[in-house]
Amino acid sequence: MVEWTEQERSIITSIFSNLDYEDVGPKALSRCLIVYPWTQRYFASFGNLYNADAIKTNPNIQAHGTRVLHGLDRAVKNMDNIKSTYAELSVLHSEKLHVDPDNFKLLADCLTIVIAAKMGSGFTPEMQATFQKFLAVVVSALGRQYH
Amino acid sequence: MSLSAKDKKTVKTFWAKISSNGETIGADALSRMLVVYPQTKTYFSHWKDLSPGSAPVKKHGATVMAGVADAVAKIDDLTSGLLSLSELHAFTLRVDPSNFKILSHSILVVLAIMFPTDFTPEVHVAMDKFLAAVARALSEKYR
Repeated sequence: MVEWTEQERSIITSIFSNLDYEDVGPKALSRCLIVYPWTQRYFASFGNLYNADAIKTNPNIQAHGTRVLHGLDRAVKNMDNIKSTYAELSVLHSEKLHVDPDNFKLLADCLTIVIAAKMGSGFTPEMQATFQKFLAVVVSALGRQYH
Repeated sequence: MSLSAKDKKTVKTFWAKISSNGETIGADALSRMLVVYPQTKTYFSHWKDLSPGSAPVKKHGATVMAGVADAVAKIDDLTSGLLSLSELHAFTLRVDPSNFKILSHSILVVLAIMFPTDFTPEVHVAMDKFLAAVARALSEKYR
């Protein structure tokens, strides 16, 4: 059972309430596909991913990035139950999407970097620690139902 | 995943832009690492003060970034260029190599914070590859 202090809860809600999901989601996903190109293997049906510019402007990637952020929102609203909140999504990623769970961490790292760029020095070491703890719990929950 | 000519050029160009901030980058990266990954504090039990921005953290951050600057200059042959640093890490410091990734990530976060427009995904991938190559060179002598 993951323990969250009051301060950690308020840091997470505050970070997410100041986010434009339609901006940050696509930025994080496209950054992941550019920085870790092997992750493109899961998006073969999305169209042109031939170079960084194509990835950044691909409308399917943009839509999917937004979807991922909205998915994260469910964890923000259920911080005490992230494992059960994501049980179905975990099954989906394992059995239907066949995503190597190590990839979740790669996307999490890219999201951290996009948020750091957005928040600047407001993204203090303490906020980074809390944010990364949150993402680690999410990543673990998404990998939980793999077998 | 070795550095292409394009990677090297991207790293050198970006580094030229940011190198005057080396000490600040190093201090912030190290400060963050010690807070976000508390297990890294085990290597610094001899310091009086491990809090972000403390004197030993700032000093060591500058030392680390001077090493990175040296690596940029020797980017065409990191293994021989960083030989003495590699021996230092292997025989004296004996930092577990998993920590190189941790510090690299911390440096990348600081670069995103300080240079949000310049730290594009293209620069990000080149810098990530570069820092990984530096880590490989530093672990050369481990076993």
